Amino acid sequence: MDQLVLSHVTKKYKTKTLGEVTAVKDINVSVREGECFSILGPSGCGKSTTLRMIAGFEDLSDGQIFLGGKIVSDKAKNIYVPPEHRGLGMVFQAFAVWPHMNVYNNVAFPLKVAKVPHSEIQPRVEAALKHCNLDGLEKTFPSDLSGGQQQRIALARAIVTNPKVMLLDEPLSNLDPKLRETMRFEIKKLQQEFNFTIIFVTHDQSEAMALSNRMMVMDMGNIQQIGTPTELYNKPVNKFVHSFLGQSNFTTVNIEDGRVFAKGIPQAIPVVAPKKMSGEVLLATRPNTIEINHKEGYKAKIVKRVFLTDFTEYLVGVGDQILRVQTPHRNMFRQGDDCYLKFPSPMWYEKTEDNDRERAKRQII
Amino acid sequence: MLMFDKKNSDLRRMEGKKIGIDQVLTLLCFILLIIVVVAPVGMIIYNACWDTQAHRLDLGMFKTVILQKENVGAMWNTLFVGFFATLLSTLVGVFFAWLLGRSDIPLKGLMRWLFTIPFMIPPFLGAMAWDMMLSARGGYVNRWLMSTLHLSKAPININSIWGIIWVEVIYMFPFVYNQVVAALERMDPTLEESARIAGAKQLYVIRHITLPLVVPAISSGMLLVLITSLANYGIPSMLGFSAKIYTLPTRIVDLMEAANGSFIGIRQATILSMLLIVVVGIALIMQNKLLSVGKYDIIKGKSMRPALIKLRATKYPLLVFSLAFLGIVVIAPLAIIVLVSFVKAYGLPFTFKNLSLKNYETIIFKNNTVAMSVRNSLFLGFSSGFLCLFLGVMLSFVIQKVRPKGRGVLEILAVLPYSLPGTVLAIGCILAWSGVIAGINLYNTIWIILIAYVARYLSYTLKSCSASLQQVHSSLEEASRMCGASRLQSLMDVTIPLIKPAMISSFFLVFLPAMRELTTSVLLVGPRSKTLGVAIYQFRSGGHMSPAAALSVITIGIIMISNAIVKYIVKDRKGV
Amino acid sequence: MNKVEFKNITLSYGSNVVVKDFSLSVGNGEIIGIVGPSGCGKTTIMRALCGLKNPDTGEIYVNGTPFFSKEKRANLAPEKRGIGIVFQDYAVWPHLSVYDNIAYPLKKKKLAKNEIDREVHEALTQVSMLGYEKYMPSQLSGGQQQRVAIARALTSSKDLIIMDEPITNLDAKLRESMLVEIRLMQERLGTTIIYVTHDQEAALQLCDRVVIMDQQGNINQIGTDEEIIEHPANQFVFRFIGVSNFIPVKKVDGKYCLHLDKDYVYSNEEPNGWVEGNVEMGVRPMDMVFDDNGLIEAQIVQAVFLGNMYNYFVRIGDREYRLQRSTLDSLDGKDYKVGDTVHLSFINEKYYPIEGGSAC
Repeated sequence: MDQLVLSHVTKKYKTKTLGEVTAVKDINVSVREGECFSILGPSGCGKSTTLRMIAGFEDLSDGQIFLGGKIVSDKAKNIYVPPEHRGLGMVFQAFAVWPHMNVYNNVAFPLKVAKVPHSEIQPRVEAALKHCNLDGLEKTFPSDLSGGQQQRIALARAIVTNPKVMLLDEPLSNLDPKLRETMRFEIKKLQQEFNFTIIFVTHDQSEAMALSNRMMVMDMGNIQQIGTPTELYNKPVNKFVHSFLGQSNFTTVNIEDGRVFAKGIPQAIPVVAPKKMSGEVLLATRPNTIEINHKEGYKAKIVKRVFLTDFTEYLVGVGDQILRVQTPHRNMFRQGDDCYLKFPSPMWYEKTEDNDRERAKRQII
Repeated sequence: MLMFDKKNSDLRRMEGKKIGIDQVLTLLCFILLIIVVVAPVGMIIYNACWDTQAHRLDLGMFKTVILQKENVGAMWNTLFVGFFATLLSTLVGVFFAWLLGRSDIPLKGLMRWLFTIPFMIPPFLGAMAWDMMLSARGGYVNRWLMSTLHLSKAPININSIWGIIWVEVIYMFPFVYNQVVAALERMDPTLEESARIAGAKQLYVIRHITLPLVVPAISSGMLLVLITSLANYGIPSMLGFSAKIYTLPTRIVDLMEAANGSFIGIRQATILSMLLIVVVGIALIMQNKLLSVGKYDIIKGKSMRPALIKLRATKYPLLVFSLAFLGIVVIAPLAIIVLVSFVKAYGLPFTFKNLSLKNYETIIFKNNTVAMSVRNSLFLGFSSGFLCLFLGVMLSFVIQKVRPKGRGVLEILAVLPYSLPGTVLAIGCILAWSGVIAGINLYNTIWIILIAYVARYLSYTLKSCSASLQQVHSSLEEASRMCGASRLQSLMDVTIPLIKPAMISSFFLVFLPAMRELTTSVLLVGPRSKTLGVAIYQFRSGGHMSPAAALSVITIGIIMISNAIVKYIVKDRKGV
Repeated sequence: MNKVEFKNITLSYGSNVVVKDFSLSVGNGEIIGIVGPSGCGKTTIMRALCGLKNPDTGEIYVNGTPFFSKEKRANLAPEKRGIGIVFQDYAVWPHLSVYDNIAYPLKKKKLAKNEIDREVHEALTQVSMLGYEKYMPSQLSGGQQQRVAIARALTSSKDLIIMDEPITNLDAKLRESMLVEIRLMQERLGTTIIYVTHDQEAALQLCDRVVIMDQQGNINQIGTDEEIIEHPANQFVFRFIGVSNFIPVKKVDGKYCLHLDKDYVYSNEEPNGWVEGNVEMGVRPMDMVFDDNGLIEAQIVQAVFLGNMYNYFVRIGDREYRLQRSTLDSLDGKDYKVGDTVHLSFINEKYYPIEGGSAC
């Protein structure tokens, strides 16, 4: 069954600086039970607004939201179920752990509110604490704990009522990188054990790819693409999605008579030109899909070599443009060497204006 | 200057200069605080405990003074009034804070504006107005009620303990309101949102999440009220004298005036002052303990405003109630003062026939005292404003940025007079600056009032500037140093522009109360150094109600205009 | 002559010694990274170079001039040091426009108006913020404020710039692009940059050389990216870079085994770099590979697609370890799923003595 359905969901509001802004435009998406679904995009793209509408903290300008098959928000019919009746679990970016209650009381709160019999509260709280590696800390106060531990309190509190749907609002961005990874695995384990449906919002694409069954990329209020991480990574529908997930090279090339040339280089690039495009276009390649070798392919020069933790990265000069190539093999080339490239999976995009200024404006609202 | 070794590299420059601006400022701070704070406080303690004629320590008088019947009565009244004024102010303050800070009640702008008015009216003027309305003998509202309801006795007597409490609550609940509304408005909304997601309804969230988290704000407001009430002179003086109800401050002033310079009389007053200091001191210690226990960092950087709670059915009844309350509390006293200022003689009904501008004529054109008082108060307002501002900025800079050893002492000294009741401070100034120290005799001059005002109001500017300075991250100044600006240049180019709004509002934080002050100046004025507050007070004590009212209207007018100027100047500034 | 010389610098706060005997030479036009966990003293060193904190002992030279030296009684005031700085929180002055922020150092140098205009224009071009001169900082996003901070550092000094965690507060995507921009800008201008951060990946990407410090304030290694990755000086450096596997190992009957719940043989000959005693193997996830001829058998318990690589968790005996495989390698058609039994071998592993309960 679909645990969450958004149908033509739109949110508009008035701002002082920009007049009326459409934060979220016509979102249509269904999330299945047990799915881990992420909403991904840069700051200001509307992802947090969407999550807050699902939670019930914002009402809709248009459209409907269904949770577990029941309608919870409907602009046209004037239906609005307040957050406390939606039966959700939620983890906030800044944890939102109550400083005046100890760990136990924080986690027990949802059960007390629901008037769960006293005898049942303690075992359930203990179980939640254990799942989140907080056992033994019941009497501690949040201000005496680290950021990671506070995040776990928030998690325990969200799962203690066994909600069907869990909402996570950038839950890991306030943690340092190694802790982020640990928490990622914990969330994944919890999800697999309890079969929660998880909707989470993030700007970190590697986090989204690691955790999600499916993801949705948003930009300036609009959905760009919905699909599995593999689909979005390997078959992005536009330049934005391509550049947002993983790393990309965008090389300006010229298509003449079905052959592809980089500016200033007489030799043609050994790729099949896209049928319906001509003139100046962008050739998009991912650094980790370019084959680099000593023998055959497109000749180029190694401008710089960088040793990174997981692979070696070469900055390769193609005319006055730079290509990034990543390979797990160490010590293939030195700076200044000639190398040969092959492009097994190129993608093509029209050369269009970047919307960076617009995007930046939306970040400050 | 070993104090500065570790933190200040400017000292050991290649050029070899040793004295930097930091030390000069620090020294200046210590000297000024000694003059303004240590001298008066020291003299009080000295006078209370030391028998100067017999040249020995004499604590025997403590017992006699404290156990005297009238003094016991005054003590009891002080505590009684203090307790109830605090309790009721808290209830009213929290109610309105929640109403305006969290609900969707309409006309918030109007109500917020109405709230600022009591701040502009000196409490003693408010007390005077309530006296005019509801005094047992001749209050206008009482008389109107008696005639319409055919009563033989005045139904409401404002000249009573509860009358004093009522008026204090009206003027002091904004202290609680301000603290709590600020906390409510800036609280991290996700703290409440997470409770709602957990299934809690509005009321549950308020009870279990919102209220506990604003307890620190409530308690700091409460203690502000308590301290102000314990030390207040104007309200019990206006309302209590006629019914012979004394509190410690009015009793002390009474003793000082009766003493007429006599030695024993002054000693009695100082001993009672020490008592008052002790009571207020205990309240302050309680405040410190409470704040250290429950201090939560609930204010987040991102400016998301919490969701407003929908009042639904209760919305309009609450609105009506609030407006009625504010009307009675804010507008009525103003109205009566204005009306009385126009009436030809106090007691006459308010018909057109009985109204004229005579009173204004008298005080503006025919009374030199009034002109002098206006001049004096303006002078005192401006000079204490600027002095406190200058000292406040310097002190907060030294305490926070220079950080010498002994900065704790500087902090305590600066804030100490705030906890001293104005009456006590006045006595201390008299004792210190009447020729005892270095032969400097400022008694009966305007300068002794100035020193007392600076001592009294310094903590306002210090707190305001410190808070603002704290928000100026050190990285902003360090960035300026690395861009080639010296310490002084960074101060002028970066720090001061960023705390300018706080500086401007601190100036007025001192100017406005100083303009209308009564408690301290009533003991310190001389024949040529009368202040507006004292002039109004003296008019009234002499039975000249209408001129008193007229002068009050003029004073309130000056204050309101100044306030409007502040708002305008501060409006467009972009602070940190 | 070296651009910057640190000689035996010791720094402490009160009785707490934060940096011990720090010595470093920075060449002209170099980008050098000072990397370490929080509390390792890297920010303190930066502050000492700026003149915002006095060292207890040692000397600091810039361009041959002593900026700090007890012996020579030198302690140059911060404003005279001519160093540009970019702070983690940008420290862009909110009451000044973008133009005025960037022009400030030039005003302090008392340049003429048209010169100031020219230099500000140049700086804005370098950070791609032309056209934003009249904006106030509150009208800019985080990334844009960061660029203003960089432009201001450029006008303070084209020579020597310190960056203290400049990109940490930015979105993930923006972080990446800023790193590239900083690198390209440096190549254009030839500025010497000292880059202070806890993000070792960023440091490896950006810097010519990297200084790795530990929590006690000691330098563990100074080297190029290649040296740090291929020849880590000690266990701390190896641990600090990336997330590696540490597996206890033991030589049993002449065979080399992973010492877990049981002993699993992984090699019949002595591996390169073998050390005697109570030892563990440190191996990077990329260096643990699927190998049909490998002697170790494992079960895949987690498989995550991260775009440019696959992240696997494999179970050997009673423990789980991390294995990474680039998507390029995955083009060989072999598909590994959760539940599969696979064979592994190790490349380029290092051996370290076990320090009291450190095996993960």
